[in-house]
Amino acid sequence: MTDLAQIWVYLAREPLAALTVTLVAWLIALRAADAARWHPVANPTLVAVVLLSALLLAGGIAYRDYFAGAQFVHFLLGPATVALAVPLYRQWQDVRRSAVAVVAAVVAGGTVASATGIVIAWAMGATPEVVATLAPRSVTTPVAMGIAERLGGLPSLTAVVVISSGILGGAVGPLVLNLARVKDWRARGLAMGTAAHGVGTARALRVNETAGAFAGLAMALNALATALLLPLIWHLVVG
Amino acid sequence: MIAGLTSLLACQLAGEILSRSLGLPVPGPVVGMVLLFLALMLRRRPVPAGLNSTADGLLSHLGLLFVPAGVGVVLYLPLLAREGTAIAMAVVGGTLLTIAFTGWLAQALLRRFG
Repeated sequence: MTDLAQIWVYLAREPLAALTVTLVAWLIALRAADAARWHPVANPTLVAVVLLSALLLAGGIAYRDYFAGAQFVHFLLGPATVALAVPLYRQWQDVRRSAVAVVAAVVAGGTVASATGIVIAWAMGATPEVVATLAPRSVTTPVAMGIAERLGGLPSLTAVVVISSGILGGAVGPLVLNLARVKDWRARGLAMGTAAHGVGTARALRVNETAGAFAGLAMALNALATALLLPLIWHLVVG
Repeated sequence: MIAGLTSLLACQLAGEILSRSLGLPVPGPVVGMVLLFLALMLRRRPVPAGLNSTADGLLSHLGLLFVPAGVGVVLYLPLLAREGTAIAMAVVGGTLLTIAFTGWLAQALLRRFG
């Protein structure tokens, strides 16, 4: 029989184990979400992240080693972002008619997203680098990391903060929109995409194709607007 | 499926090259999304079947793709112990306010301008 340690060395070196546990955690999370009838707290991204974090901590596995395998899943974020053009194209007739409202709502919403993050963190006494990390919170992960770096934040913490915002927005966003009496699927999608980027878009796509298309559009517009405006405003205010 | 994936990767690659060579503030995949959209518009026909099904397949599991980066939270447990309250308040307060505000404003504007 082969030595257990040798098997462990093999598993730690190859992407197979990390990739498999990531997919298994996702399937468990989907089952859980189904069982909970898609209750907001059973957000599958959240459940999978909690399961895998617990596994890494319990097993004393370094995140770097896990990510070396899981990066193949991470890589698909790129093509998936490109793929958002497809629902947008299918819904284009709807989108074109409301272009003015879409652009105005997303730019204003994106500004509120950055401003509220900065003000709340600052008021709670967070250090400047954490405030800078929180500023691009609502923008899709790769863009947010780039912006945070320019503002003097911590890019890798940005990824965590961005995904937390997305999970929270995806989970309770629909409830907030119900409370605010927002019934228009287009407006609901725009709000989810602006505040909760791809995770919010994933949730919107599951519920309604129109909402999904508007969410994907809002995510792209907000990434563009925040990447252009936030560093400029930040340097005017902070100096 | 392979044809669809190839279109997506080709757009992403072109997007990365454009973004880096022109020093754009937007990353390659977002530029790639714009490129694919423009290509579909120029074609003026329904989305090709392969691309349609690949895009729907990827997007129906979009939430999975955020998991590996999200697990990165394990690296920040000490910092979260120190500044976790401020971060949580900013994430929760900021996100909820943004959703309510954007949804409300978008609905009001859509009523007025179509």
